[in-house]
Amino acid sequence: MIPLIQKEMVENKHWISDEDILEIVAIAESTPGPIAINAATFIGYRKAGVWGSFAATFGTVLPSFVIITVIAYLLRGFADYPVVKHAFFGIRAGVLALILKAFVTMCKKSPRNTLSYCIMAAAFLLAGIFDFHVLLVLIACAVTGLLFSMQTERRNKK
Amino acid sequence: MMYLLLFFTFFKIGAFTFGGGYAMLPLIQEEVLANGWVSMEELINFVAIAESTPGPFAVNIATYVGTELAGIPGGICATLGVVLPSFLIILLVAGMFEKFKANKIVAGCMSGLKPAAIGLIASAVLTIGKTVFFPETISTSVFLDVKTYVSLAIFGMMSVLAFRQVSPILIILLSAGMGIVIGFMLG
Repeated sequence: MIPLIQKEMVENKHWISDEDILEIVAIAESTPGPIAINAATFIGYRKAGVWGSFAATFGTVLPSFVIITVIAYLLRGFADYPVVKHAFFGIRAGVLALILKAFVTMCKKSPRNTLSYCIMAAAFLLAGIFDFHVLLVLIACAVTGLLFSMQTERRNKK
Repeated sequence: MMYLLLFFTFFKIGAFTFGGGYAMLPLIQEEVLANGWVSMEELINFVAIAESTPGPFAVNIATYVGTELAGIPGGICATLGVVLPSFLIILLVAGMFEKFKANKIVAGCMSGLKPAAIGLIASAVLTIGKTVFFPETISTSVFLDVKTYVSLAIFGMMSVLAFRQVSPILIILLSAGMGIVIGFMLG
């Protein structure tokens, strides 16, 4: 996604610079929501204020919206055909492999320290095994991260 | 009423999605299944569709669930809900990015949220694995055994391909083909 945004925005349209791209990635990584939406809103705002961000976000969402609506209606018509059922039976196993791959990729990118490993394990156990509410788990992990970073900073100051 | 519920459910999902892509799966799973909106199998089917169509995963799944439940207006409400939190937060941040970037509170929270997202994906692997290998909607126990082994075989092969950087769409097409062939062989 990022290379596409970069090519269109920096090289073709000259709307933003390469540094802006880094800035956008940094923002998108520390705010909630899909990166494409974040980037569209941000660039739209830079170029044309609130209405610009509205137009850019609308433009990003519309293609997905149209494609998915069409697929939803098609699937409803064909869902009971044996071919479609068998296909999705296979697909579900394939998707699991994709999610496993995403998990491993994210693990490799993650910071290697004890705190990270503990939060990872705790989030997995609480959400996956003990069925805690996912929102609660996220909030608890955010607070834990915040407390530890504050403590580290205090220690560094001394 | 349905429209409002769709809007707020996906607003919540949009507001708590960190780490992108699959990191939000457990949250979607929880919210969407808790409302009884779609079954676990439908949700996994849909992950495959979202993966093989353009556009952000969160937006795709919001549109799909909304459309399934309440037609096109439902799709619009759910999509608006999932996009709005990012939109508002970025508008807020865009004006004062330098301050935001240096904000220690945000950085501190993110140091907890990033590993949390990884733990949550692991839990998605577990729950989705349960549905894939032990589906409940199967009539005879012999059949269940066969299907479980077939799923395991497809999963194993596709994992090898995925880790060799084969494209997700190709993996989905291959596993669909294997599902069709084996499905008809089993009758």
